[in-house]
Amino acid sequence: MDRQILHVDCNKFYASVECCLNPELRDKPVVVGGNEASRHGIVLTKNEIAARYDIGTGETLWSARQKCPDLVVVPPHFPTYTRFSGMVREILRGYTPLVEPFGLDEAWLDVTGCRRDPVEIAHEIRRRVKEELGITVSVGVSFNKSFAKLGSDYKKPDAVTVFSRENYRDLVWPLPAGDLLFVGRSTRKKLAERFIFTIGDVARADPALLQALLGKWGPALHAVANGRDSQPVIPSEQAAAVQSVSNGMTTPRDLTDDRDVQRVLMVLSESVGRRLREQHMTGRTIELHLRDNQLVTRSHRVTLDHYVQSTNDIAGAAFALFKDSYRWQRPLRSVTVGVTSLEPDTIPCQLDMTDSAGREKREQLDRAVDGLRQRFGDKCIRRAILLEDPDLTGDSLYETHTVHPTGFSGKTDEIGGKE
Amino acid sequence: MSRKVYVEVAAVFTPEGQVMPRQVRWEDGTVYAVDRVLDIRRAAATKAGGCGLRYTCRIRGRQTYLFLDEDRWFVEAKEA
Repeated sequence: MDRQILHVDCNKFYASVECCLNPELRDKPVVVGGNEASRHGIVLTKNEIAARYDIGTGETLWSARQKCPDLVVVPPHFPTYTRFSGMVREILRGYTPLVEPFGLDEAWLDVTGCRRDPVEIAHEIRRRVKEELGITVSVGVSFNKSFAKLGSDYKKPDAVTVFSRENYRDLVWPLPAGDLLFVGRSTRKKLAERFIFTIGDVARADPALLQALLGKWGPALHAVANGRDSQPVIPSEQAAAVQSVSNGMTTPRDLTDDRDVQRVLMVLSESVGRRLREQHMTGRTIELHLRDNQLVTRSHRVTLDHYVQSTNDIAGAAFALFKDSYRWQRPLRSVTVGVTSLEPDTIPCQLDMTDSAGREKREQLDRAVDGLRQRFGDKCIRRAILLEDPDLTGDSLYETHTVHPTGFSGKTDEIGGKE
Repeated sequence: MSRKVYVEVAAVFTPEGQVMPRQVRWEDGTVYAVDRVLDIRRAAATKAGGCGLRYTCRIRGRQTYLFLDEDRWFVEAKEA
């Protein structure tokens, strides 16, 4: 028997929540945007009215205002969005325990065997979210996750779309190949060079050609386009363990010397280290993403011969990597530090005759500091290096970090930085 | 457009674990008794904004909504 999968997408989530809380905004063009003074001035989401002015997500607020002088810009309230997201999930879990959240504003449900028509469930969810929470969702109903996701995007807001075995060739196949979740910019380009533009083109293409073009993703993509997608809906409690922990920030001013970078790396490492310790993980690959003031991004990584968890070790390794890889071609605008190759922190480790006592002490110190911060707040104890330039290093990242969508192929786990 | 007014509410916890409002103190200090609760459901406050557990109450013969949003009560008041 076919599965019955729903994909629920909260339409223009941040903007909808803001309009729900403040009805005066409802009839105005609204965007939720970052703080321009600290150079986070981009559009995070827009409401329907702002969308009519052709304002895009990720666009600078400056250029959005050029298109629409009456634009209302609301700062983001992440705790509120998290709360609304939780309330939506609570409604969804009333239908099935198989709810797989994808970011704050999307989720898959497997309602196979619910003894109710899935389309009826979809409409009920749509109606209830609107009545109970005052925001709208669009729902895709299909026999696999990929098509269900395409469905929630097909008609919105406040709508239900069904892609069945009978109609998917007529409805799904004309959609652009880029709508598929796996297909990013470079894949789309490669496909277009072979005159593969729509999902139907992918479905009818020779799997061998796709393999030659895209490697192992080729046949997988071909299967998905033909409706053969057996990815299960994995409830969040069973979600794959975290594969990497990272934090990044765009700094209020450009970084111009090693000391600046050292300060920022310390802020980032404090958050990364604390989150690693909370999850009882330790890792030995350090990643560094640097973006300069021309918006050129470089990534560097190094795998150490030992596992690190303590803030000082992470910051030290990240700075060493930075010294090895960056020659100050240009000032830097944003920096991200990540730790991957994670293992549980109970993994046996090779002691270093020259330093193992020191590492143990650092770990004890970290634990003591974490404990203090948990009880008295992040600001109760701070590093001297972060007091040198408080404008640059600002507030604690830990309290503001947000969780972004996990790649549903399980490929990436991106945990984003400070807004 | 209505105003969202947070109000002081005296409520009881029933043995079943429900929270039932008994009295509402309005902004000007007047205390109104909740005569009856007619309906309880989660709902959005479409006029004043926000959402919560919506109690449809009868107060002095008139039907009014009382919203419980986490641990605060609010009503939708007419714009003064």
